[in-house]
Formats: sequence, C-alpha cells, structure tokens
Amino acid sequence: MTTDNDEDRIARLLKQSLPPMGTQPGAKLQRDLWPAMLRRLDESSTAVPWFDWALLVAVVAWLAMFPQAIPVLLYHL
Amino acid sequence: MPTQEQPSEVLRQFCRGEIEAFESLFRQHQGEVYRWILRMVRDPAIAEDLTVETFWRIYKSHARFDPTRSFEAWARRIGSNAALDHLRSKPRETELPDEMPQAPQPDPGISQELRRKTAQAFERLPPKLRIAATLALIEEQPYAEVAGALGISTGAVKLRVFRALRVLRKHLRRQGIEP
Repeated sequence: MTTDNDEDRIARLLKQSLPPMGTQPGAKLQRDLWPAMLRRLDESSTAVPWFDWALLVAVVAWLAMFPQAIPVLLYHL
Repeated sequence: MPTQEQPSEVLRQFCRGEIEAFESLFRQHQGEVYRWILRMVRDPAIAEDLTVETFWRIYKSHARFDPTRSFEAWARRIGSNAALDHLRSKPRETELPDEMPQAPQPDPGISQELRRKTAQAFERLPPKLRIAATLALIEEQPYAEVAGALGISTGAVKLRVFRALRVLRKHLRRQGIEP
C-alpha cells in the first residue's frame, strides 16, 4: 500500500521531471487556426461517407450475381 | 457544476449550424482549447492539430449542444476526448527530447537522468491515468475542473491519480529506482 509520504515524493519527482506546460512560454497559441479549420471543413464536405461506398459495393456485387436484374434496375432509374 | 444561463444569440445560431456563429466561437475559444489540450499532450504541433480536430467534432455535434450550458466546458470535454484518443493511438514508448524542459524551481537533488527515467516511466502509463495525473498533479488544475473535462466524478479523478502514482512507482522500482 502506498503511504501518503510515498505519494508526495513521487508527485514531487513527477513535477520536477515534467514541468507544467500551461505556464511555459509556448503555452499561448502562436497562430490563428481558422484557416486550418476551414481546410478541414472543406475536406469533409467533399469526402464520400463510408456507407455510400458500402452501398455501391453491395449494388455492384448484387448486379454481378444477378445480371438479369440490370434491365430492371435501368428501367427504374 | 454546469452553468444554466441565458443562451447568447451566437450560441443559438451555432446550434442551428450557422458557420458565422461557429467561426465566432472558434476565434473566441481556440486559444483556451489549445492550451487545455497542450497540457495533456505536451506538444505544441500536436495540440494545434487536436484543437482543429476538437472544433471539427464540435461543429459536427452542433445540433446536440444545449445553448443554456457553458460552451467552454463542452469544448474542454470534447478536447479531452480528442487528446485521449490521440494518446491511445500513439505508441507508449516515445523518444523524449534531448533538452528536457526545466521545472520552475529545479531541485538540485534530482539528477537529469532520474528526471528522464521518471518522464519515460510516466509515458508508459495507461492514457486515462496519465491524463488525470497530468492535469491534477503536473498542471495543478482543480480536481473538479479535471472531473468536468473528463466526464467523471471528482472521486474518480482522485482514484486515477492515486493509481497513476502507484503504477509509476512500480515502473521506477523495476528500473532499480526507489523514489
């Protein structure tokens, strides 16, 4: 069982080994991240969701297994 | 304790998915979210990427946000999850920089080598324990604030910190170090 003293010693050692980042000079954001955010928003709007790909694969597989269904599908499109 | 306040117009607009409101909130809170994430991941470049990732998650969940609650607390919670996901995905054994940052008041009784080994042992802790110990012990954030950001109780934060110290001691002992 760890005693309070042990805990305090390890906590002190930890603080000496890894000083707080929140008080370091680099803790302040150095640049505006909005342009990066806009890029991320653009990427996601052009990305095709995985379930669309899954649906496409399922349709292709279905047509490969039942080619006679192709005219029916074309008729309904 | 979540704050119940009159929602501002910008928060209401954000809930409706308006990009101008999102931009306004982004510009207002990016610095604070970045600093919170930096405390956990301890790398400015990664903290920047995770800040964008956090706001991306925020934007995706705009319809789920309750505008009577604190946006900052919500953002901090999402940021903590993003940091946790990052720590889970990266290998535990990472190279530490040659120049270790100095503690504000360095203890001359603790050698550079001991600091390095402690930092390495700390890197090997499970991410959940590491984040709780980082925020509560190293960054000295109030337990209640850490609990809010991690979505757990104050008691659970204390337990994680206690377990982190116990596992850390075990790792150090395995290296022949008696802390």
